[in-house]
Amino acid sequence: MATSELKPGNPDHSRWIDPATGEFRVLEPGQTFKSVTAKISDIVLTPHTPLGWFALFGVGGAVATLLLTAVTWLFLKGTGIWAVTQPVAWGFAIINFVWWIGIGHAGTLISAILLLFKQGWRNSINRFAEAMTIFAVVCAGMFPLIHVGRPWLGYWLLPYPNSMTVWPQFRSPLLWDVFAVSTYATISVVFWYIGMVPDFGTMRDRAKTPIAQYFYGLISLGWRGSVRHWIRYETASLLLAGLATPLVLSVHTVISFDFAVATLPGWHTTIFPPYFVAGAIYSGFAMVLTLAIPLRKFYHLEALVTERHIDNMGKVMLATGLIVAYGYGMEVFMAWYSASHWEYFMMWNRMFGPMGWSYGVLIFCNIAFPLTTLWVRKLRTNIGFMFLISIIVNTGMWFERFVIVVTSLYRDYLPSSWGTYRATKWDYMTYIGTLGLFTALFMLFVRFLPMIPMNEIKMMLPGAKIKPKEVAAGEGH
Amino acid sequence: MPPREGTYGLLAEFETPSDLVRAAQKARLDGWRRLDCYTPYPVEEAAEAIGFHKNKVPLVTLVGGLMGLVAMFSLETWISTLAYPLNIAGRPLYSWPAFIIPAYEWTILWAGLSAAFGMLALNGLPSPYHPLFNAPNFRAGALDDKFFLCLEALDPKFELIETRAYLETLAPVSVVEVEY
Repeated sequence: MATSELKPGNPDHSRWIDPATGEFRVLEPGQTFKSVTAKISDIVLTPHTPLGWFALFGVGGAVATLLLTAVTWLFLKGTGIWAVTQPVAWGFAIINFVWWIGIGHAGTLISAILLLFKQGWRNSINRFAEAMTIFAVVCAGMFPLIHVGRPWLGYWLLPYPNSMTVWPQFRSPLLWDVFAVSTYATISVVFWYIGMVPDFGTMRDRAKTPIAQYFYGLISLGWRGSVRHWIRYETASLLLAGLATPLVLSVHTVISFDFAVATLPGWHTTIFPPYFVAGAIYSGFAMVLTLAIPLRKFYHLEALVTERHIDNMGKVMLATGLIVAYGYGMEVFMAWYSASHWEYFMMWNRMFGPMGWSYGVLIFCNIAFPLTTLWVRKLRTNIGFMFLISIIVNTGMWFERFVIVVTSLYRDYLPSSWGTYRATKWDYMTYIGTLGLFTALFMLFVRFLPMIPMNEIKMMLPGAKIKPKEVAAGEGH
Repeated sequence: MPPREGTYGLLAEFETPSDLVRAAQKARLDGWRRLDCYTPYPVEEAAEAIGFHKNKVPLVTLVGGLMGLVAMFSLETWISTLAYPLNIAGRPLYSWPAFIIPAYEWTILWAGLSAAFGMLALNGLPSPYHPLFNAPNFRAGALDDKFFLCLEALDPKFELIETRAYLETLAPVSVVEVEY
């Protein structure tokens, strides 16, 4: 990796370059075990809550009331208040569901897949990426529940002995979804919590107030750092990572089956599973950037979440973005190559029909802008630019789901039944409300839980290296 | 477990992981068997040094995963063929390819839960109380930046005065007695 694009004379940059490799450093030099503990746990244990936190939490909470209002009205009136009707029978609910789940996937990718690949740089960002996963799954999981019409009967989705002697139909992708998403939510929460247990021990030992001591003491489960415990803990973490990796791939695959199994032009394609998974990771990394960039600035974590992280996330986005671009290209190619009139018309209508503008937004946000600029290292390490691109990609990925759902449905086989789709204010309120809920939950996480795994950062410090000579001298082998 | 009194063990504090590993290797070589190291992050060399090589977490995970697989696949088969047979587009009642997906998800679910809770159970957690928390310097540094070696009183070689003198030869920062 050439460092010449960065001005070597610039002291601002040379500090970040590791002379041994020429790469960006993962951590700023000069960190010790003590400074890492202090930096991360003091954010939580300080009695002083920054005003900015209240501001953001307040905004998140206020926006979340939109969701509360919309859902209350929905429960009173039914799904008729949404814009879903014939021919577009699936609207915002499924779009938002797929979008949120996709965002969650980057958290699992960072915590699980990059752990298996021994990508040490991920240690700084995996905790809040996992938190992002969980809150995204919370937002996502709400949509299937509220869209069933009578959500208080949502438990009918589960196979359980009941007085009606009715059982679920296991050949439907919608039921597979129930198992995929519920497993995903459970495993994500467990992985996240288990990962935090040792850090809770650190917080318990550092907490000054009795309430904090009691609270962290309780959730630390009495962790005391025995190496026997650590070894089992490491094994369990690796196993959970090994299990979460096929899980995250299967979840979005199953979600894509919701579409791909239907015999509808625009949905019925075999490219969907890989292209959905790549799209999920693409949007998820964008969301990690959206969260990480303000966080590191606000809490002065630049030493732990460095430009190396931003740069690497840019590279992952570039790679997954190219897979997504290939998916779009294949869809267009297959529409032509299938020689099916319906496929051909669907694609023409998607691009140039009355809702063609949404396809344009999608291509600009997901392909034209990011995939031309992310090649440049200078731009990948430009914090402001990366923040902008993260917002653009998230917008683009939302439009991808909009295009898949709406433009495949609104003009079907019979021209007499053609229609359009115009989301109602309740649709918008529900969607925007989940953004508020996500923000509020994330702010609570930042305030009360350690947002960077202390023990994993400590493993990467130079002080953690066991000096072989000294050890050998002791045992003589 | 009956309540114990007296000494739990002697706790030696070290400044660096290398010092700890060296001391632990020496202690193990000198015949100590009831000993443990305490570190702020996983130090695999320390586990090697005290002779802790294998753990049962993978086995628990495997058993859990297989149970999930069998449970869900049998449930699906029973529901679709016996309890509530439905004709879906003329497909066979026992359409096993479709059953694989929920069974796969449950394999992961049960394996993951077994890994997490099995690890906690094998570690004897949760245990909010432990004698080590009585040591004045333990809570100040064990999960922050200090490394500890504990020789436990249950070891037949343990003898308060002599063991303390022995630990001093390993060049620790300090040696403290831990009470139950």
